[in-house]
Amino acid sequence: MLEATPTEVQEREALRINPAKTCQPIGAMYAALGLHNCLPHSHGSQGCCSYHRSHLTRHYKEPIMAATSSFTEGTAVFGGGANLRQALTTIFKLYNPDVVAINTTCLSETIGDDLPSLIRAAQDDGIIPEDKLVIHANTPSYVGTHVTGWSNMAKAIVDYLVQKSDTPQQQINLIPGYVEPADTRHLKRFLKEFGVESVVFPDTSDVVDTPQTGDFRMYPKGGTPVEDLKTAGDSLATVALGPMASEAAAKSLQNKCDVPYRALDLPIGVAACDRFVQTLMELTGTQPPESLVDDRGRLVDIMTDMQQYLYGLRVAVSGDPDQVVPLTEFLVSCGARPVYVITGTPSKYFRKRCEEILSNTVPEAIYKDDTDLFYLHQLIKNNPVDLLVTNVYGKYIARAEDIPLVRFGWPILDRVGHSYFPTVGYRGSMHLLCTILNTLLERKDRDDPDEVFELVM
Amino acid sequence: MRSQSPIDETTTQETVEEIISAYPKKVAKKRSKHIVVRDPAQPEQEINANVRTTPGIITQRGCSFAGCKGVVVGPFGDVVHIVHGPVGCSYYSWMTRRNQFKTREDGENFIHYCFTTDMNEHDLVFGGMNKLRKAIQEAYDLFHPRAITVHATCPVGLIGDDIQGVAREMAEKLNTNISAFNCEGYKGVSQSAGHHIANNEFFKKWIGQDTETESIEGYTVNILGEYNIGGDAWEIERVLNKCGIQVIATFSGDGSYDEATKAHLAQANLVMCHRSINYMANMMETKYGTPWLKVNFIGIHAFAKSLRKLARFFDDPELTQRIEEVIEEELAIAETQIAEYRQRLEGKTVFLFVGGSRAHHYQDLFADLGMKTIVAGYEFAHRDDYEGRQALPKIKVDADSRNIEELEVKPDPENYQPPKSEEELEKLRQEKVVGEYTGMMPDMGEGTLLVDNISHHELDTLIKRFQPDLIGSGIKDKYIIEKFGIPSKQLHNYDYGGPYAGFWGAVNFAKDVDSRVNSPTWQYVKAPWQQAS
Repeated sequence: MLEATPTEVQEREALRINPAKTCQPIGAMYAALGLHNCLPHSHGSQGCCSYHRSHLTRHYKEPIMAATSSFTEGTAVFGGGANLRQALTTIFKLYNPDVVAINTTCLSETIGDDLPSLIRAAQDDGIIPEDKLVIHANTPSYVGTHVTGWSNMAKAIVDYLVQKSDTPQQQINLIPGYVEPADTRHLKRFLKEFGVESVVFPDTSDVVDTPQTGDFRMYPKGGTPVEDLKTAGDSLATVALGPMASEAAAKSLQNKCDVPYRALDLPIGVAACDRFVQTLMELTGTQPPESLVDDRGRLVDIMTDMQQYLYGLRVAVSGDPDQVVPLTEFLVSCGARPVYVITGTPSKYFRKRCEEILSNTVPEAIYKDDTDLFYLHQLIKNNPVDLLVTNVYGKYIARAEDIPLVRFGWPILDRVGHSYFPTVGYRGSMHLLCTILNTLLERKDRDDPDEVFELVM
Repeated sequence: MRSQSPIDETTTQETVEEIISAYPKKVAKKRSKHIVVRDPAQPEQEINANVRTTPGIITQRGCSFAGCKGVVVGPFGDVVHIVHGPVGCSYYSWMTRRNQFKTREDGENFIHYCFTTDMNEHDLVFGGMNKLRKAIQEAYDLFHPRAITVHATCPVGLIGDDIQGVAREMAEKLNTNISAFNCEGYKGVSQSAGHHIANNEFFKKWIGQDTETESIEGYTVNILGEYNIGGDAWEIERVLNKCGIQVIATFSGDGSYDEATKAHLAQANLVMCHRSINYMANMMETKYGTPWLKVNFIGIHAFAKSLRKLARFFDDPELTQRIEEVIEEELAIAETQIAEYRQRLEGKTVFLFVGGSRAHHYQDLFADLGMKTIVAGYEFAHRDDYEGRQALPKIKVDADSRNIEELEVKPDPENYQPPKSEEELEKLRQEKVVGEYTGMMPDMGEGTLLVDNISHHELDTLIKRFQPDLIGSGIKDKYIIEKFGIPSKQLHNYDYGGPYAGFWGAVNFAKDVDSRVNSPTWQYVKAPWQQAS
């Protein structure tokens, strides 16, 4: 497995090997699924839409519905306007969504299709029915990564759909970040427990984790309703969780409707959850309920009870900046040493926060953005680690180097459960910590000789 | 005739009308030509295929890049495949087709690597050729592979990066085989364009590159259009080897560069996936005189039939006897092992929407299990895959196909060496042993339905109307189908299962299909209080 990877690290200028990121449109498609009765639409070649649907399907193990402008060579020459008009005609007649959320691709961006004009013309010509909405995000694949794509679509939702009236609402807006449906569901419950009214968007819960009922629904019951978004401009504040994915939308909402925002790390691990709670306390003047304080206590209880299994452990981490930053902090808070921390997404946020978290606690740590898994593997070959926490693609490194692996982040194509069990909030963090601990203990049981194979801790 | 529809022709017609009436008028007209109710009384039923998908239609189709790098070229595991473009295309085609590859003695294995130039805005504005040059150099310095391939994605074609030129230049500089594929996603109307582009480049740059080996002893074949999903190629090779037939090269499952360069030395090409690789079979026949035989190794009786076709081709009593012995032995074991599953599956109905040959091949395997295929269609096939090669002269070449290069091929002055005399070959042609494919249509029963490039809306309607017991499809449809309470079997990718080819594969398949169809889990879809009394 990966035998060709040399130990010696050489500088590469042009060749990316085993990327730790992918392209914008897939992130935009995922964010678009978080709108109620919305059909994502990919403006470009069929292949993009096909690949994005396949990949999202493999991760969520759920139907991922999206249409495409089906560009051919002629379209690439003459522009995608005619294709988009035909697509919208077909979509509204056949699939009848309330919203179509268009993302561009490298092809439509390179030929320079002007989406706002195309949408306006389609509106003027009655191709878009009056009670229907078409929004768009520019998501060229040669800029940013899937995280940027999610961010751009979240911003497009604000730009197109959020409104301000003269009626202030005693509610906060929550942008949950590029997270699992279970995370968003948990965050909504968290706010409810807190007694905070909220508008949460985009919300993919009940869209990509729907129950088996024997009836396929093209538009499942979940997703943020457009009606709710119309009030988001009147909220007290916006909380943007995961700055890479969520801050652009929050900032846009502030500019558009004067709603102040706070950008926070995703609430993974005790410290990040505490900051989330403190922010909610400040914004709403509400005290956290006993149930949440108890959850916090249970999380810390596991951390203190089990600290010996993580203390001093060398860990390698890879994933999206928003996930990796709080995870690294969480690992440090448990006594582990995240010695290699990488992401494929270029990110100042990542560099700054890693510096803050690691410089005093794990001074030997190497952290790097805009890099790939080939580099991470080389680091590990030079000085091995005890645990790997990555998305599914890390499994090759884990096997090659015989390292216990915890799958975390996006995508996870070969396991189940990630979309059903949250990793945010105190309870989600408990779940994540238990997964890490149990993975390490499983490995110990696998590797221990018979004479030291134990029943009790 | 394998499949009789359990529903009558009137119901099928009504369903087709229901499907069509939901479309906007122009789309309805177009789609109606892609849907055919099978009537064996009509000798030449036509179906439209390989034309553009209407924008906005939710389709199963992918793009040219997916067909070229993702399907045909990617499985060569000892070759470094660089995707020139933004990161996505390379990322999504990274191990997602479950291509399995065994390291040869030399230890070269890059199958788990994903290489891309990861083009950014700067490269799009100023051109990406320098970056590609550097990427090839870096790949070479790191791995010293025996061959490198370069694949273009959409924006590369638009900004006009000359990937062919860079490949030539770097091949010379590094003295390595570097081939470039202009498989930009917008070419053609589906993956199919990419297959053709892949074939052309392999034909030009790989086939016949081994000039050291003059001939190979014994009965030799190449397998074309077999991608070793779940280990299919290994099971096929096991049986062929047992018969005494040697496989020189497989395109592309478990494919190795060195083996591929010897492909011109084989005595025959066995074509599995007609759609993805018939180009290669034709070009090799013209240049090297290699005859091709359409085979199907999916299904135990189909495999036996294909082996007998091979026996007829080689026409050696000893080989024929060995083949018969192998068939007898393998069939007996497989039939016994399948029997238990067949009991539970007999009479159940299947829809098949897969690729450009699998929707045909798997009907034989379902027939082995006593299951009836009542609706079938391809995702990216051409008319000849449905109607047989007699449709070829009638196919009008449209603008989308015209953009794909057609190579002009001539007999090779030195290496044109047909394995048989022209008279013998003509006889085999008359007997339809070589050079013939009759397509899916003749094997579909009366009143069954053929749907080309099925859309989501059509799938939805057909499921509600016909309530099949199983649908063979791909990952994008899998969970849609299952939300209807109907089990789905991935036939592009096999859901972690396989092999399904050959005799052992058929037994695996029987077990996996039984586990999908007869699982108790489906009984719980409705809660007890929701079930009709």
